[in-house]
Amino acid sequence: MRFTGHLDLHRAWERTFRRARLPLAYTQGYHPQPRIQLAGALPLGFTSAAELADIWLEQDLAAEAALDALHGAAPPGLSLLGASVIDDRWPPLQVLLRSATYTVTLAGPAPDLAERVSALLAQTALPRTRRDKAYDLRPLIESLEPAPAPQTLTMQLAARDAATGRPEEVVDALGLESAGARYHRTGLLLDSPTTRLVAVTAPAGADDRAEAQADDPGPDV
Amino acid sequence: MTPEYLSMALERILPTVGKPGRYTGGELNSITKDWSGVDLKVCLAFPDTYEIGTPNLGLAILYDLINKRPDLLAERAYVPWSDMETAMRAAGLPLFALESKRPVRDFDLVGLSIPYEQLYSNAINFIDLAGLPLRAVERDPRTMPLFIVGGHSAYNPEPMADFIDAFVIGEGEDVIFDILKVLSAWKASNAPKQDLLRSLAGIWGVYVPALYRPEYNDDGTVAAVVPLDPAAPAKVLKRIVPVLPPPPTRLIVPYIATIHNRYPVEIMRGCTRGCRFCHAGMVTRPVRERRVETILNALEEGLKNTGFEEIALLSLSSSDYGDVVDLVRKVGERFAGKHLSVSLPSLRIESASVELMEALKDNKRGGFTFAPEAATERMREIINKPVSTEQLLETVRSVFERGWTHVKLYFMIGHPAETLEDVQAIADVCKRVRDEGRKYVGNKVSVTAGVSTFVPKPHTPFQWVACDSIEQIRAKQALLKRELRGPGLKLNWNGPEETQLEAWFSRGDRRLGAVLEAAHRRGVRFDAWQEHFNYTAWLESFAECGLDPRFYTHRERLIDETFPWEHIDIAVKKSYLAEDYRWSLRGQTRIDCRQRCFACGILPKFTSLRMETPANAWECPEVRPKHLRRAAAEPVAAD
Repeated sequence: MRFTGHLDLHRAWERTFRRARLPLAYTQGYHPQPRIQLAGALPLGFTSAAELADIWLEQDLAAEAALDALHGAAPPGLSLLGASVIDDRWPPLQVLLRSATYTVTLAGPAPDLAERVSALLAQTALPRTRRDKAYDLRPLIESLEPAPAPQTLTMQLAARDAATGRPEEVVDALGLESAGARYHRTGLLLDSPTTRLVAVTAPAGADDRAEAQADDPGPDV
Repeated sequence: MTPEYLSMALERILPTVGKPGRYTGGELNSITKDWSGVDLKVCLAFPDTYEIGTPNLGLAILYDLINKRPDLLAERAYVPWSDMETAMRAAGLPLFALESKRPVRDFDLVGLSIPYEQLYSNAINFIDLAGLPLRAVERDPRTMPLFIVGGHSAYNPEPMADFIDAFVIGEGEDVIFDILKVLSAWKASNAPKQDLLRSLAGIWGVYVPALYRPEYNDDGTVAAVVPLDPAAPAKVLKRIVPVLPPPPTRLIVPYIATIHNRYPVEIMRGCTRGCRFCHAGMVTRPVRERRVETILNALEEGLKNTGFEEIALLSLSSSDYGDVVDLVRKVGERFAGKHLSVSLPSLRIESASVELMEALKDNKRGGFTFAPEAATERMREIINKPVSTEQLLETVRSVFERGWTHVKLYFMIGHPAETLEDVQAIADVCKRVRDEGRKYVGNKVSVTAGVSTFVPKPHTPFQWVACDSIEQIRAKQALLKRELRGPGLKLNWNGPEETQLEAWFSRGDRRLGAVLEAAHRRGVRFDAWQEHFNYTAWLESFAECGLDPRFYTHRERLIDETFPWEHIDIAVKKSYLAEDYRWSLRGQTRIDCRQRCFACGILPKFTSLRMETPANAWECPEVRPKHLRRAAAEPVAAD
């Protein structure tokens, strides 16, 4: 599941709804697409315990009923944690997304992890290049610390449109091997419409694999 | 090597290769069984990438049937793309099955589906990646899997004969269990490998190449394929299932996009049209249809289990399905319009086809595809696909009239006795179709000509003919490229070199095994992929083995030549094929054999099977027991 790309994940959701016999709403036009909007694309190879999606249905349904139907229909690796009916006037989650938190398990032992982290955070700028584009990683790092578990880091990175921090870039900036590490998204932070920050994280004991939370906004007629 | 070790190694490798979702398994409806609880483990394999192999319906059917048995399990394996192959070889990882992550070499049986010849090099690489000796004679089925090949290429098994233990000639639904029963009994005994091969050769539809030796004439043609053992039948009759079993409904739903993202149902097997170039049309006889209710129930169940966004009603010629109007109306009522597209390929060139499609489509996106195959009356008579240009134009008129803007037309060049005028006619017809479209949809019209090159196939009326040379193909393609340009016209074609590869092997003999092995050593693989196809390496491999590739392609066979596949019996008589070839040279056509039986050989070969099968299960005429035949005739005589 974690090697399912963003577009394929859309399709996995569409098929889940069809198996659950829930009436997805589709876009108008020549190539109608299901109205599914995932907040913050999860990079290929990452697992996650806290994904969010806006999903439009053709008719009003109680969130619990929808969730029940989806539970039995989801493919291995996708579990639904919750759903709520949202006022359609709310902006999409993608727009509200502000930051994301990650746990990174490094490929090998890093005894000087704490020193590397402090040294990195002491920098005022971290100029880097990604896909031939120069950018500064430092302002995208909102927090970074070694976790109690060995070889493990937790971090909170900006996840706004055009200002998204990538955890593998942080690992690389620490001078550690980024390719062999395991990346797990633990939470998404949103600006609610009333500008209060809302954190969405997995409930304790949740499965370690990719999971998702579906928000079912009301009918979008 | 344990599944845990493999999983850990993959953990490291997968983030570094392209499309890692190809190698993870774990899809919805995939089945992972406990290895200790079963008698035999089967690995079903397709020798191309995951995206090509997963939608293969034949393997999906076997996966479903085998896994329904509590004493058996089936898993899947495909060949890795080149980046993954490099990574696996560097890490010393053997080819593994997606479900359990166990090495392919730990299975009891590997069933490889090989529908076309471009997959031969991948099939050999598959054996190599599994860490096994390439040649069947060097593999011990007590400690290594038995390799079985099925699929349409198996009707001429000889080029792959050195590498494969046994071939399934024909349909796999029943024979797989006969094979597994024999294998299980042999494993429980202490008998030598030869005994296993002999028992396998006794199964209807199974060809064991090690029990036969081809002998050659001085000119390189085959003198005979000699059985070496009393257990080996002189001719191996193809296997068929007399009545099609219910379609599988719990198909695997891949996480990543594949070439067909849909739930398919085979509505009918076989074809009664008798196009002379068509391998499938000859080898899949007799025609057997599924009932409308069976199809509708399968669609209902299949969609519930998979959630696919498309359904496909598959057959060699959808328009010929007996109840096609009823089927399409019911499918349209029950399934269309729910953001679900329905595909109904292989429609006849007639206005009725357009009406059928209209009942299924909720919008006009996508195009309309027809396969005239040839553009002059003379050529169409030679290939036995007599559809007039006027009928084609009338059909596309009703396509454009209803608002479709795109028409795709399939043609072939290189038919027997084809001239440049016949090729020019392809361009002319395409332009006339475009001009017709302009009248209805203006400049939005687009016509795509898909022009492939004809390759003579074994067991067809054209098995005697010579292929075009590369120079002839180039000249014909150059003409088409020159003519088919301009607004609203597009041309697709295949490289002539790729066509040669298909042609060498489709009518090849057992000596080509050495060529395949030499090419494998040169690193040849993925011949169906332009970026990998290495024509020079193939030519070098032929030279190394002292064989002339043109012997297999540019040579017209004598009518009484013994073919390398002479011992494979498709139940259609060679004399019938020869007669049809002669008819073709005279430009004489045959009507649909539902209207009149031409005695191709199916009924005499399967007489008792036909008698045991319900009359309406086959499109061939009913065969009655002899005493009843006489009884039926008597009252007529009394009149």
